[in-house]
Amino acid sequence: MKNIFCEVTSDPLDISRYVELVADPGAGAISTFTGVTRNNFQGKTVIKLDYEAYTPMALKKLQELAHQVTNKWSVCKVAIAHRVGTVLVGEPSVIIAVSSAHRRESLEAVHWAIDELKASVPIWKKEFFEDGSVWKENEESRRLLAQPPAGGAVAAAVVAGAAEGGAAGAGGGR
Amino acid sequence: MQIKVLYFAKSREVAGVNEQTFELGDGAHTEDLLAQIIAAHPALDSVMKTCVFALNQEYVRPQDKEALKDGDEVAIIPPLSGG
Repeated sequence: MKNIFCEVTSDPLDISRYVELVADPGAGAISTFTGVTRNNFQGKTVIKLDYEAYTPMALKKLQELAHQVTNKWSVCKVAIAHRVGTVLVGEPSVIIAVSSAHRRESLEAVHWAIDELKASVPIWKKEFFEDGSVWKENEESRRLLAQPPAGGAVAAAVVAGAAEGGAAGAGGGR
Repeated sequence: MQIKVLYFAKSREVAGVNEQTFELGDGAHTEDLLAQIIAAHPALDSVMKTCVFALNQEYVRPQDKEALKDGDEVAIIPPLSGG
């Protein structure tokens, strides 16, 4: 579908690019979420985050996610981008942009999409402090261990529909 | 049959490899593969308790004993931390 754009890239993310990608004459609202590297965690100074992805599957899951947004809400366009590699303090690691005729749909969709991304897209980050590092764990992703997987056939059908919308960036994972 | 295994995040660091091919007998399933992975990397024993697999890019739990076939790609998926 032409109204979905997803990418996993090692390039810095520029929010204006994704706002432009979801621009639509029929849209009265463009809502965005930007996740950025914070300079502290539980009182410790954070230097940087290193992200890695299972890139082909991450892209597939982002496309499924974007497709689900278009099924759940009446929206015009959806763009989701996740960066891999080193992301310094203040830099964006993830951007979600959704356009819709009215504000409620795109606001709700962006909120849902970031929660779902954290639960289901195979991307990992390591947090670096002055005196060490740790692999982070999203609370949301515990459902993968707890639940039997959802039906593969349904997911495959969604991917087939969404596949032409994506482009993989270079670098980062495999 | 040959199964390609990809390691990510903590599992990659603890195993010290990015990917590896395992040879399994006919009829093997995901729990058999898990046992082979841990045999090859005993240090992964506790890490694997927090991981699931992605079998050809679909999530499965090793204990669900999904059937494997020659040429399958299985990724080890530690707790996610994207975003």
